[in-house]
Amino acid sequence: MESIPNQGAGVIISEIAAMIVENKAYLSEIDGKIGDGDHGANMAKGFGRAAERLDPDGTLNDAMALLSGVLMSEIGGSMGPLYGMMFSDMADAVEGAEVIDAERFAQMIRAGLDGVQSIGSATVGDKTLVDTYVPAVDTFDAARARGDSFAEALSSMQRAAETGRDSTTDLVSKVGRSARLGERSRGVVDAGATSCCMILSGFATGIAARLA
Amino acid sequence: MQRFLNDPDNIVDETVAGFVRAHSDIVQLDPNNSRVVVSRFAGGENRVGIVTGGGSGHEPAFLGYAGKNMVDAVAVGEIFSSPTAKSFHDAIKAADGGAGVAVLYGNYAGDNMNVKMAQKMAGKDGVDVQTVVANDDVCSAPLEEREKRRGVAGEIFMWKVGGAMAATGASLPAVITAAQKAINNCRSVGLGLGPCTLPAVGHPNFEIAAGKMEVGIGHHGEPGTHVEDLRSANEIADDMVKLVLDDHDLPAGTEVAVLVSGLGATPVNELYVLYDRIAGQIEARGLTLYRSLVGNYFTSLEMVGATLTVMALDDELKTLLDTDTISPGY
Repeated sequence: MESIPNQGAGVIISEIAAMIVENKAYLSEIDGKIGDGDHGANMAKGFGRAAERLDPDGTLNDAMALLSGVLMSEIGGSMGPLYGMMFSDMADAVEGAEVIDAERFAQMIRAGLDGVQSIGSATVGDKTLVDTYVPAVDTFDAARARGDSFAEALSSMQRAAETGRDSTTDLVSKVGRSARLGERSRGVVDAGATSCCMILSGFATGIAARLA
Repeated sequence: MQRFLNDPDNIVDETVAGFVRAHSDIVQLDPNNSRVVVSRFAGGENRVGIVTGGGSGHEPAFLGYAGKNMVDAVAVGEIFSSPTAKSFHDAIKAADGGAGVAVLYGNYAGDNMNVKMAQKMAGKDGVDVQTVVANDDVCSAPLEEREKRRGVAGEIFMWKVGGAMAATGASLPAVITAAQKAINNCRSVGLGLGPCTLPAVGHPNFEIAAGKMEVGIGHHGEPGTHVEDLRSANEIADDMVKLVLDDHDLPAGTEVAVLVSGLGATPVNELYVLYDRIAGQIEARGLTLYRSLVGNYFTSLEMVGATLTVMALDDELKTLLDTDTISPGY
């Protein structure tokens, strides 16, 4: 089967939230090297609260819309609006869909990326979550164009996200608080790129597990 | 450092609770949002509303500048973290008296995003919102890239001027123009002698070694232009004046307002030691001191250090600076 039902896919957001909460200390630790050290705490608070309130048996779009609302109204900082816009635009892209197939998923992740870029100013190479997100979306589209299955395309996307995340280690930060460090920001993986990789990987594994 | 602390996760809520209780004659909590502090003088009919907001840990900024002829509503964020778009939006609603709202805030990535979203939300309510983004910190970017500079203690003069202009009954564009002029005329520099610690993190988020000082440090410990050996107060004051005035290019005879603010852990008497030398240096450059503020006006938790802000004045700015103000911070 090359799609999963939208109804019941809310559980994938629960799984992503659990992964973020589990990695709270790690995300704060890497953020602390070049930022304030509060990324893990803020992410865990937002995703954790959303997980408590969302319906795992509900639709993917309802779960993402709820998560977006929590991030935008209760978290703040930079990550609240960035991930808030991302999940809001992703939710809009799958609202009303019976199933999530490869085409719909491609629209969803592209809409989320557009949401991030509509509010943030980062481009690839600035040492942000965009360094994870852009290659992941492009790789997914390329895999589909090649005729890969949904599961194969998800797997390629996840690997591209990981490579993108790892690429931030050698970059000098251009945007956000760590940008003030200039050269001193080199050598540390970006916390936002890392949490973005967790989210995209969560979609890849969560959907792939339910395609079988 | 030993702290007065309950649960670090509750420190912002407890700060706001104590603040509104202590200053209940001037401010109150927004009944719909526990992260919005509203002036008791807010919502004047046909008067432009003034909103600001930012991360906590800078007290008395930002919430201390809510009051009469100052800021009408303040959005409060976590420590060193932007308030939510919702809080900015709720602050805009609380400040709106029908003549539009001026959001006067500092140039930080999170604040820029959340204010932008709040502006969009308020637009749907039919409220006209315009913004001024403070960028007075000279060491955070070269003058040619002023739009990249951070906002620091010059924001206090921006709020003072914007609030006073709104009190005259001026239109939203006129309030924005005055606040923009205020911040355009401000230059600030920070000097750090010791780091600060986010209570929930528990260790300093940067280091300043013993016997060293960081010139041009930001309000969250953002690195400055360079680290050098600690020198005498007079030598440091001379450097601060030079950094600020070399960026300013003011003709002799210009009247200025000066703000020397502690960053949290520097004793106030040391600020006066700095000020005495700063004032002399400013006069030696042919400038005239019109107004001076010395104290903990805009802090960074328990950072050791100080900021100097110099605002060039004209007749309009002098009049607005002279307007009576009632607020816990000013």
